[in-house]
Amino acid sequence: MEKIKVVKLTKIFGEHPEPALERLSQGMSKDDIFNQTGQAVGLDKVSFEVQEGEILVVMGLSGSGKSTLIRCINRLIEPTSGQIFIDGKDITSLDHHALLELRRHKLGMVFQNFALFPHRNLLNNVEYGLEIQHQEKNSRIDKARAALQLVGLAGWEDAMPNQLSGGMQQRVGLARALAIEPDILLMDEAFSALDPLIRGDMQNELIALQNRMKKTILFITHDLDEALKLGNRVVLMKDGQVVQVGTPEEIIMAPANDYVKRFVENVDKSKVLTTHSVLTPIGVVAYPDDDPRTVINQMKAECLSCLLVIQRDHTLLGVVRIEITTAALERGEKTIANIIESKVPTVTKTEPLTTLIAILAKWPGQVPVVDERRKLQGIVINNSVLAALAKRDIE
Amino acid sequence: MDALSVPKLPLDEWTDQALDFLTENFSFLTKAISEHLENIIVNIVDGLMYFPPWIVIALFSLIAWKIAGRKVSIFTAIGFCLLWNLRLWEPTLETLTLVIVATLMAVLLGIPMGILAALSRTGYRIIMPLMDFMQTMPAFVYLIPAIPFFGLGAVSAIFSTVVFAMPPAIRLTCLGIKQVPPELIEAADAFGSTRSQKLFKVQLPLAIPTIMAGINQTIMLALSMVVIAAMIGAGGLGAEVWKAIQRLEPGMGFQAGIAIVILAMILDRISQKMGQK
Repeated sequence: MEKIKVVKLTKIFGEHPEPALERLSQGMSKDDIFNQTGQAVGLDKVSFEVQEGEILVVMGLSGSGKSTLIRCINRLIEPTSGQIFIDGKDITSLDHHALLELRRHKLGMVFQNFALFPHRNLLNNVEYGLEIQHQEKNSRIDKARAALQLVGLAGWEDAMPNQLSGGMQQRVGLARALAIEPDILLMDEAFSALDPLIRGDMQNELIALQNRMKKTILFITHDLDEALKLGNRVVLMKDGQVVQVGTPEEIIMAPANDYVKRFVENVDKSKVLTTHSVLTPIGVVAYPDDDPRTVINQMKAECLSCLLVIQRDHTLLGVVRIEITTAALERGEKTIANIIESKVPTVTKTEPLTTLIAILAKWPGQVPVVDERRKLQGIVINNSVLAALAKRDIE
Repeated sequence: MDALSVPKLPLDEWTDQALDFLTENFSFLTKAISEHLENIIVNIVDGLMYFPPWIVIALFSLIAWKIAGRKVSIFTAIGFCLLWNLRLWEPTLETLTLVIVATLMAVLLGIPMGILAALSRTGYRIIMPLMDFMQTMPAFVYLIPAIPFFGLGAVSAIFSTVVFAMPPAIRLTCLGIKQVPPELIEAADAFGSTRSQKLFKVQLPLAIPTIMAGINQTIMLALSMVVIAAMIGAGGLGAEVWKAIQRLEPGMGFQAGIAIVILAMILDRISQKMGQK
């Protein structure tokens, strides 16, 4: 279900937007409009939606309008035209009071420079959103403590913001947003001010938190790696317009235009692509009651040194190797049931290629792809991984 | 000179007429205020004079200790003892009372005006030129119209002192609020703060050090004006200086001057520390 829906959102900066709006609808460029009217186009008919429970990352360079966009969602910036629906309700027409209520209960925001209140200790900072809702003191202290605990800062309640490192300050920023128990988190370049190591940690932590909380998150960044790592889907923006919307894999594998193509050129694809994109359908497999001779013949026919063994319901049992099967045949065994090696590396569909490459380096055969109940979904072979990584270069 | 023979603009006459009008119609009110305020000031000074000076000095030193620590406290004790010894105890108390009353009034008026100037564009456009006027108009000029409204004496002195000393309180309150980083304002907005929640929970607390610096300046200006206001019968240390000028007694003038310097230093150190807290 869609939680946020943005429809043809346009923002013109300046006191008299009408002439600029008209020129924009005639398809005039941003620069020409600025030269003729002195009004700057911030957003140009931006449309997309955010599904409930997903992390949607809006990615763009500075000046692309991404910060304007996120501020339109909670109307820190008033949109010039277009609509924003949250839970199906158009929030661009809310009056002042309803807007305050929306900000107080539905939207938690995390800022690039943390924006902690320097005169309040951590507990009071986290408490702020609840305090202005006039919540009762004891309950809001409990909630603030719980939020601090959630981000791993239990015991720091009395510290002042300036005593903390950047990473810790942003945890407080996150706790402050979470304390009001919002449905939606707006994260404006939340990790951009952190150094790379801490940033990576915070990204992982956000993913872990999200797995537990299932909030709807709108995350803004200028860092493509971050966008591809965090986003269930990514919105790419340029000059106030949406260039492409898609999953990280779609953006890497099928860039919409040259701009996106240039962008994704330097991305480490093995981190973004998952096993899913290199999956090959199940080919030849063996069953435990197969006769060793048949199995050997199958391996020879396919030029394989080992073969996966599954049950009739596709549950993976293990592998059999050609030399061991040959030995078993010579011993006169009737089936391969006794010679199955159950120790075999497996991956799931969502595993990134980096993990897969590490496995392929050590494991000679096909890598079985299984679901959580160990049912075989497909296999991965060396070639398909190489092909996926090389795809751009071949083109 | 008058090549075009343009007649002179009768600004002086207009001002006099306006003042006459105001005095005629409102002086009953200002005179009533004046009487009350005069009583309050006399009562404070009498109250302080009722106690032996050493008790009052001990009290002031204790206050200084609480606010500004041991050093300032010792300095306060020694300074006041010296003033007592110079037989300037009563004028010192008079001056101190005038400064405190005038500062309180200037702050009570100035901070709201500063807030208004910071939050409202129209407020800013009205208050800022008014302050330029207040600050650059020679301080003596305020003394003249004060007399018809409040009569000779302490209250006229306080009136002109408030006008003269208020601008730093206004300016620095305005500055303190405007200096609050925009991202903090944005954060307060994003969580759904009302305008007054934003003011009282974020803007004012963060502006306090700047506002206190303004109050410190107001106190200093008030002290200097209270001395000048001796010319219209304000009494206190300024009156001692004034007497010395009239009698051409440099020793007496220097003595009173030193007393003012000591009082200024004590007030300055204490009020500075109030800002750092």
